[in-house]
Amino acid sequence: MNAMTELAACYHCGEPAVEGPRWQANVAGQMRTMCCPGCAAAAQAIADAGLADYYDTRSGFATPATESDTPALQLYDELGLDGGAVFTVEGLRCAACVWLIERRVAALPGVQSAVLNVATERLHLRWEPAVCRPSIVIAALRGIGYTAYPYDATRHGAQLERARKALLRRLFVAGLAMMQVMMYAVPVYLATDGTMDADMTALMGWASFLLTLPAVSYCAWPFLRGAWLDLRRGLPGMDVPVALGILAAFIGSAVSLVQGQGQVYFDSITMFVFLLLGSRWLELDARRKAARALEGLQDAAPATALRLPGWPASREPETIAADRLRPGDVILVPPGQTVAADGVILEGRTEADLALLTGESRTRAVGPGEQLPGGAVNVVQAVTLRVESCAADSTLAMLVRLSERAGQDKPKLAQWADRVGAWFVLVLLLLTAAVFAFWHAVDQARAWPAAVAVLVVSCPCALSLATPTALAAALERLLRHGVLAVKPHVLETLERATHVVFDKTGTLTRGRPLLRDTVALGVLDEIECLRIAAALEAGSAHPLALALREAVDACGAGTLVAQDVDTVVGQGMEGEVAGRRYRLGSAAFVAELTGVGAPLGAAPGTSAVWLGSGERWLARFDLVDALRPEAPALVQELQARGKTVLLLSGDDDDAVRAVAAELGIRDARGRRLPQDKLDAVRALQSQGAVVAMVGDGINDAAVLSGADVSFAMGQGAQLAQLHADCVLLDAGDAGLAPLGEAVRTASACVRVIRQNLGWAMLYNLVAIPAAASGLLNPWLSGLGMAGSSALVVLNALRLRGDR
Amino acid sequence: MEALYLLIPLSLILVAYAVWIFFGAADSGQFEDLDGPALRILNDDD
Repeated sequence: MNAMTELAACYHCGEPAVEGPRWQANVAGQMRTMCCPGCAAAAQAIADAGLADYYDTRSGFATPATESDTPALQLYDELGLDGGAVFTVEGLRCAACVWLIERRVAALPGVQSAVLNVATERLHLRWEPAVCRPSIVIAALRGIGYTAYPYDATRHGAQLERARKALLRRLFVAGLAMMQVMMYAVPVYLATDGTMDADMTALMGWASFLLTLPAVSYCAWPFLRGAWLDLRRGLPGMDVPVALGILAAFIGSAVSLVQGQGQVYFDSITMFVFLLLGSRWLELDARRKAARALEGLQDAAPATALRLPGWPASREPETIAADRLRPGDVILVPPGQTVAADGVILEGRTEADLALLTGESRTRAVGPGEQLPGGAVNVVQAVTLRVESCAADSTLAMLVRLSERAGQDKPKLAQWADRVGAWFVLVLLLLTAAVFAFWHAVDQARAWPAAVAVLVVSCPCALSLATPTALAAALERLLRHGVLAVKPHVLETLERATHVVFDKTGTLTRGRPLLRDTVALGVLDEIECLRIAAALEAGSAHPLALALREAVDACGAGTLVAQDVDTVVGQGMEGEVAGRRYRLGSAAFVAELTGVGAPLGAAPGTSAVWLGSGERWLARFDLVDALRPEAPALVQELQARGKTVLLLSGDDDDAVRAVAAELGIRDARGRRLPQDKLDAVRALQSQGAVVAMVGDGINDAAVLSGADVSFAMGQGAQLAQLHADCVLLDAGDAGLAPLGEAVRTASACVRVIRQNLGWAMLYNLVAIPAAASGLLNPWLSGLGMAGSSALVVLNALRLRGDR
Repeated sequence: MEALYLLIPLSLILVAYAVWIFFGAADSGQFEDLDGPALRILNDDD
């Protein structure tokens, strides 16, 4: 504890408390230093609830508590949850969190039971509807630094949960059968000739048969069914050789058993089924984690709409839950947001993105009187809409569609494996027929056993087992490093990518300006000018205003108060501070007040904001959009891997060139409209390049869907995320860093898959001729098959990396 | 060796019994949260 206070780390989250003892909380009688007001409030709430023990028992720091602007929490009460619900809780770190959350929630009046499922991060709650409401629970959890929201099972992965339960049972039965059959098989293998009588061998055989029967009929059912469906469609996939191998070995072994001679392969069958199911389990687990990350991304706030109840007389919007919209309501749809319900435009012209509804990638221009369907995304500017049908489902439907996309499409690699699977079956059947025909002519008694042996040992394991396992393991590793792959082809395409195109604002840079420099031009010093500027901007939400206010906060100067502040759109502000009139804004705007032109120009690559009073120029503030700290290393790594890095930005050329020079990007183009960006990417593609695109904004949506593989920033516009194959989740302030991990994982994944395919080819080249020649003992074939399968799966699991 | 004629059928019954127990445990939700109990045991509700 002492070491922590010496380092001035936040007592709650462990981040450095850069501002010293500015924020404190009284925990168990001691004042503790905090890094931010959010953490201080959370720690104080924990201590006040009598739960300070949390700090003594925890084994890791908490997630930083952000002082979130509480969105309309009462909306959660309108979801119709009474008496019980499941909440998703984010930010669980260790055992103490579990204790803290359960205790805090159980202490709320009216809560009957609170049980936290750690594996799924879900809190199962029952409460007295008369006393407690969901909003109270969510507010209490926010108070102690955890984000929570109601979990809607029908919306997220209920079907995934069911699949998981069924698979768990199959896996268990297969595992048990495998172990037990092995117990019966080993004595038969080990016994030297004559030490084991025929009755005993038959007994072992029949016991194995009884255990293999459920393994084939119950555990392997998904594969048999898949193979049957494939055959009926006439498109044999990977399930066909799998089912063929299992059935051939099972029926062949059963026939040998009845005849009392020949070889049985029950141990190989159960082992193979178990490994297949194990691989499926890993795949499902990866998908489940991806679905959960996606759910967190959508933050599952109930879909809301801005209703204008007083339209047209008043334009005061109110936020209501989307499913409470009724036909005839008038709603306002700001740019970048999804239309909550189907309606007709009353005012405003804009462009709507219908990609998710119709698959059309170009936006459609719409104006008054035209229909706008729910689920469309408004791209350009705000419009008012009259709701036509209370299709709350439309927005919901969009979210569902998005979450279903995760892990749905088959990656090309898997598709390729399917195609190879079809050939594999054909070649295998021909080979088996040839072997059978050969032995039928030479030695009839050996024809059947040899044919069955070929079918058993020819293991499609590298294709059916290792490739899905490798992909699942790699996707899981990506997720752990903050990359959510929405489409699974990401890995292979990223590895093949020859060009990586970045957007500038919000991607390579933070996307919000920071004050870099203050140049005092008159009598007042820099701090004084900054205080005046911040006072003028106090009421503004403009990003430049935020940057100025932040700068004043950071240097610890007190605030001034401005009166009579006037905003001139696109120009600046005018107001009175301590009895003097000041103007803040563009040079031309300030010059009107000072009466003389600006004494110097703006610094290149910066946005300049000027301050002037009466007839004097006072200061120039240089604001820049700062580079993300991890960007240079990432660009270097990409270039070292032989990928060409490009910068395409809508910003002006000077700013783009400055950033490109700093990062060592040779090809940088400014002033690109969305269409230009798309054209540039298409041009590269037509020259045979495979293009990866990284972007964040609404204007990047088109180019993101046009690129071969695309990444959207987690903090960026939702529209961009909809069009991207991958989202860089924003764990802490990771920014672009996960992209580097994605590139490394992609190359590791492709390498592992190649190794596995190489091994499988080698194995089959040795094993199939051996089986065809009738040289292979059953124990040798079982060992070969199990060993080969285990090897490729273990090799694939290396991708999960260190935990 | 004759003991095996009893032991092997017995082992089959044992496997069936294990499966039955496992299905029961799965139905009662014991595999829903594999991490929580390990953490929860550390904090006694004193």
